Amino acid sequence: MITWDKWLEWFIKSLAVTLSLLVGFILLTWYERRALARLQSRIGPNRAGPFGLFQPFADAIKLIFKEELTPAKADRLLFFWAPVITMVPSIIMAAVIPWGTSFTAFGRTITLYLSDISVGVLYLMSIASIAVYGIVLAGWSSNNKYAMLGGLRSTAQMLSYELALGLSFVVTIILANSMRILDIVNEQKSLWFVVIQPVGAIIFWIATLAEVNRAPFDMPEAEQELTAGYHSEYSGMKFALFFMAEYQKMIVVCMMTATIYFGGFLGPGVDRFPLLGPVYLFLKVVLLLFVMIWVRATWPRIRYDRLMAFGWKILLPLSLAITFITATGIVLQELSGNPLYFWAIPFVSIAVGLFTVLIVYRDLRRLPYERA
Amino acid sequence: MSVLDPAWELVRGLWTVLKMAFEKPVTYQYPEQKREVRPRFRGRHVLKRYDNGLEKCIGCSLCAAACPADAIFVEASENTDEQRFSPGERYASTYEINMLRCIYCGYCEDACPTEAIVLGDNYELSFYDRRSAIYTKEMLLEPVPTVNMLTPQKVEPGVYKRSVPEMKDPQD
Repeated sequence: MITWDKWLEWFIKSLAVTLSLLVGFILLTWYERRALARLQSRIGPNRAGPFGLFQPFADAIKLIFKEELTPAKADRLLFFWAPVITMVPSIIMAAVIPWGTSFTAFGRTITLYLSDISVGVLYLMSIASIAVYGIVLAGWSSNNKYAMLGGLRSTAQMLSYELALGLSFVVTIILANSMRILDIVNEQKSLWFVVIQPVGAIIFWIATLAEVNRAPFDMPEAEQELTAGYHSEYSGMKFALFFMAEYQKMIVVCMMTATIYFGGFLGPGVDRFPLLGPVYLFLKVVLLLFVMIWVRATWPRIRYDRLMAFGWKILLPLSLAITFITATGIVLQELSGNPLYFWAIPFVSIAVGLFTVLIVYRDLRRLPYERA
Repeated sequence: MSVLDPAWELVRGLWTVLKMAFEKPVTYQYPEQKREVRPRFRGRHVLKRYDNGLEKCIGCSLCAAACPADAIFVEASENTDEQRFSPGERYASTYEINMLRCIYCGYCEDACPTEAIVLGDNYELSFYDRRSAIYTKEMLLEPVPTVNMLTPQKVEPGVYKRSVPEMKDPQD
């Protein structure tokens, strides 16, 4: 029997997660524009409010009052629902990410996570894939060839990179011996998984960049080739919903990366003061978001066939290899009781990673007509 | 080129971008902070005066003839010694430049025999309607050096016979 106070607790926590993502989106647009500007030795928006902090509100007001157009031959139903289908997964994805352990208040123990399901990793993977429906439906229902191409590219890209993403999830599942996200975090108390499996973390990061359509994998939104990709025909608040979904997904994906590979809410003193957990998670997310912006400021967009080749011919075999190495290392350690096998995992993985770089190098050195 | 170069170049690019974050921003906070224009910048036109307050423009319409965009309209009237606007026989009673047509080529400046029209350094030209894009003589004429030098002036007869002043070759 679930009592009313349990309902209340869940309600408040859901509200906190949703609101933090909505507010986070507002702050993130400002953060990205300011950080990107600094990296390009500009200042960025600094007029509206202190340090330009009210700029997102100005943008929101502008978008609300803009005319909303639906193309004459668009599929009206799907055209309306596509932004919603894109938006909702990006929020509910955050439900399983733990913000901390638990603390006692009002005479009861309050956990700092909304839900701790035993297949949290699977939940993240599946919800992340649902978001692609919104994008492909938006592209299709717009009745616009560029939007269609953007949607198709997005689908193909997400499917391709989800394999590498899933396999680098598998690495952490093997290391933690659990699919429960809280277990994965607690397993990192002694050592973050990024130290044990650095190559896995890099693959995970690359795959998440492709998942959220960020530069250098922002093919579905390539302005120069596709006018704007799947949201070409969208304007006003419908466009804003796509924008929101994208930025919320960025936040959630950074939370995911922080949780899976960078110790999540763990940090000095978090055992004594559980409320420090959200603070540490926030700091890690801000740092990871900065890396995303930094990458966007630096690297040009990758050509589409190379994007596919990179995903299928390099990332997928490499992630398979590191999964194999991790599993073998753990099994050998358990069979022989020798921790040396466990500590061989990072070194062997890095060696395999370098070997992959060598293959890429050899491919780059070949002349175009020699390449496959 | 070594084996690690593909990866190393990516990291080097990241480092280059990060270094930029610690450099001074190149931004000018425009309406408050304006950038100096170059000496030969061609902005909004100014009609010049002599030191004694007389207008340099003699209403010859050579600028209008030189103008490739047909932006200048000049109408001349007769000077008298009672009401003297400029040296010589005539002055521009109407002088209009349509700033929407002007292409800021500076041909009017070159064509002017008295160096009356000069392209200045004002580039903040924006209008709410087409009519206000036409700058009249009053808007273009530079202010008088001192208050009592307003045109028209009453002058001694026979002094301002010559409309085009004697000029030296340009020094620069």
